[in-house]
Amino acid sequence: MMGLDIAFWVLAVVSVGAALAVVLMRDIFRAALFLMLCFLTVAGIYITLSADFLAGAQVLIYVGAIGVLIIFAIMLTRESRRGSPSGRLRLPALFIGLLFLVTMVFVVVSTDWHVIAELPTEPTTTAIAQALFSGEDGFVLAFEIAAALLLAAIIGAIVLVREK
Amino acid sequence: MSVGLEHFLILSAVLFAIGLYGVLAKRNAVVILMSIEIMLTAVNIAMVAFSRYSHIISGQVFVIFIMVVAAAEAAVGLALIIAIYRSRKTVDAEKFDLMKW
Amino acid sequence: MPSGVIFAIILLPLFSFLIISFIFRPFFNHRPQLSWYTTIGAIGTSLALSIWTFIEVSAQEGHVLAMPDYEWLAIGDTVINIGVTVDALAAVMLIVVTVVSLMVQFYSRGYMHGDGGYIRYFAFMSLFTASMLGLVLADNLIFLFLFWEGVGLCSYLLIGFWFHKPEAARAAMKAFVVTRLGDFGFLVAILLLYAKTGTFDIGELQHLALAGTLGGAVLTWAAIGVFSGAMGKSAQFPLHTWLPDAMEGPTPVSALIHAATMVAAGVYLVARMFPVFASDATAITTVAVIGGFTAIFAATMGLVMNDIKRVLAYSTISQLGYMMLGLGVVGMAVASGTISTEHGLTLGVAVGIFHLFTHAFFKALLFLGAGSVSHATGTFDMRMMGGLRKAMPWTYLMFLIASLSLAGIWPLAGFWSKEGILAQAQDTAPILFYLAIITVFMTAFYMFRVIFLTFCGEYRGKAHLHESPLVMLLPMGILTILAVIAGLIGVNEFLGEHSYGFFEALTHPLAWASLCLAGAGIFLAYAIYGAKWLSAASLRQRFAPIYTLLSRKYWLDELYENLFLMRLMINGIFGLFHWVDGHIVDGAVNGIATVTVMGGSLIRRLETGQLQAYGLAIFIGIIAIVAFLLIFS
Repeated sequence: MMGLDIAFWVLAVVSVGAALAVVLMRDIFRAALFLMLCFLTVAGIYITLSADFLAGAQVLIYVGAIGVLIIFAIMLTRESRRGSPSGRLRLPALFIGLLFLVTMVFVVVSTDWHVIAELPTEPTTTAIAQALFSGEDGFVLAFEIAAALLLAAIIGAIVLVREK
Repeated sequence: MSVGLEHFLILSAVLFAIGLYGVLAKRNAVVILMSIEIMLTAVNIAMVAFSRYSHIISGQVFVIFIMVVAAAEAAVGLALIIAIYRSRKTVDAEKFDLMKW
Repeated sequence: MPSGVIFAIILLPLFSFLIISFIFRPFFNHRPQLSWYTTIGAIGTSLALSIWTFIEVSAQEGHVLAMPDYEWLAIGDTVINIGVTVDALAAVMLIVVTVVSLMVQFYSRGYMHGDGGYIRYFAFMSLFTASMLGLVLADNLIFLFLFWEGVGLCSYLLIGFWFHKPEAARAAMKAFVVTRLGDFGFLVAILLLYAKTGTFDIGELQHLALAGTLGGAVLTWAAIGVFSGAMGKSAQFPLHTWLPDAMEGPTPVSALIHAATMVAAGVYLVARMFPVFASDATAITTVAVIGGFTAIFAATMGLVMNDIKRVLAYSTISQLGYMMLGLGVVGMAVASGTISTEHGLTLGVAVGIFHLFTHAFFKALLFLGAGSVSHATGTFDMRMMGGLRKAMPWTYLMFLIASLSLAGIWPLAGFWSKEGILAQAQDTAPILFYLAIITVFMTAFYMFRVIFLTFCGEYRGKAHLHESPLVMLLPMGILTILAVIAGLIGVNEFLGEHSYGFFEALTHPLAWASLCLAGAGIFLAYAIYGAKWLSAASLRQRFAPIYTLLSRKYWLDELYENLFLMRLMINGIFGLFHWVDGHIVDGAVNGIATVTVMGGSLIRRLETGQLQAYGLAIFIGIIAIVAFLLIFS
């Protein structure tokens, strides 16, 4: 569909541009803000993929929580002069990055994907809920473990950062 | 031309490569962490694309879990960076070379 | 006759050695006489058994006792047996070895009395006797070589008996190393013969050589190799330099080993392998030439020595040359066809071994006499002696008889054996004959020089003179009797050869020639040293260059030790080896270590400690794997 295509292209360009700004910009704070822009556009991309629940989750978690967290960290570790310089390995890294990109594109293009072109019709929330919580084919165990993981992460972060 | 699965996958690859460059080439530890988040997001996009084009919902369930882990990892990672900053007064990745020969 | 008896002849002295070494020396150190009794008992029994063997062999047709072989070692197709050959040659050698050994052991009781190494001495003496007996009885080359090395070892141990004397230690080393050169040739020859014929058995080798199967260059080289071993042990030129130095050992040792038995082993070897030698003209001529040359060469050096034992040592070398000459000329006759092979083989062995037989007795007696003299005067230097015949009449008498026997005066033992050799040489090799006949003159001269300097005139030393005890004189006496009659008891017939009658021998012109020359030598010695009509000192001055040449032993020792050994070998070749070892071998080893360390210090730069570098490496790896999978599937 036309609308979907246009939306995709716009969002794609913006997200790639924002990501480039994150890694190339000297000022960290601006870089963090561009990161949050990148996350927002990715949420938009989810919507073009009919993943409504995930789009919401993306905004909540990434933009809301992780982005703010990163800004806090930047504030707390401000090195006045330095900012965000490039390291010694930038040329090899550039080369590797490009190589990687070329490889992936080659793989994607040359693979014969079996796709179903029709849009999915139902809202995904129910489907995800059913997939997560239904008894036999579900991901209940993974869900519970994820909860434990979060608990551990919270405790770990607190332990690391508290004053002695 | 109509947007298909390949477009989303190539977008995912581009974002991943950008994130990779950031991880390997930047000196500020926080920027490295931000680049890692970009990489994880790129993977998420790929997952959701596969889920939509094969009508299997497990892809999106997987994305939820990846988000959970990404959040936890970002929290702990930044806590680490702050702790390091407290003792060494720097977050320059090139200065962390205690394992050097 | 059971073969066990033959083995017992070897084993009894061997057990004596073991008992003395492992039981008496550790536990009965305070009763040294026990070891003497053991040795005497063992060797005496061996003597009795040897006499019995002799009787048995002479009773047999063809003078051979057949003895079974025992298999000792089998490696694949190679089989090495233990076996003995009991023929006329072996029987004669058994008698020689056991008689002289027993007499020397008796004598040693008096001579070595009070010495700190008394027990060790008799242990080594037993071991030596056992090895020598094994050597003469062995029927294959491996076992012969085994006992060959055994006698060499005992020689080393006994020359260096007083090892705290540096000269003795050096002499022992010199003896061992010089004979080693010969032994090397011997071993190569054994291996060569085995490679060509597949057997070590001496009897088989003899048959192959006679049949002509074993011939040509192989036979020549093998025979020369065997002879080089004989040259080493029997002190023939150029491997003779060790024997005069070996006089550092106790005198009974010199009597037994370096006069009668071990040095005779070389002659025995040539005799045992005589068919092999006689089949090759080159080899047997070499034997004859070296024998003849050594005879006169050593005699010249014996003319000027001041030490009694040195004179006797050179005399021994000279007489061994005679024995080799005897074997050699008969072999030459066989090889050239002058004598029939069958007759020649027995004749050669008879001629050489007969002289070995007589020489063993009178030379051992001469050494024991020299020991008796030193027992009284405390020295071997003849310049410190003189007029001893008044104080030591018995020693004088026996020494005199032995010297006459050595000089070849009728009717003593030496006459018969020496005449045999001279007669053969005259027929076959005139040049060698002339050398030998001149040596007769020199032999008589130097022996009587010794007698006049030692026993006649006025005593020039300071010791208190006395005759030796009975335990020393009695064995000397027995040897004296043998030195007189050994030529007449029919050993020649026993070895298969015809000999001359008692008075018939005097009708030959050769006999008169040699007797005249011997007499002339005695007379000249009397003229210079006895009646002093000519002054020894003035003669020494007139012929000073010759005198220097002889008394410095033709500078051969200097040649061998200074030039060859030190300069060429040690500094030159071994120095080169040392350099290679230090620089190249060590350099390679150190080089590997250095390269490893350098490589390590290069590679460790990868460990930067920085995460991003590691991450980069990981991603390079991932891309490589992915690309690999893409391309090849």
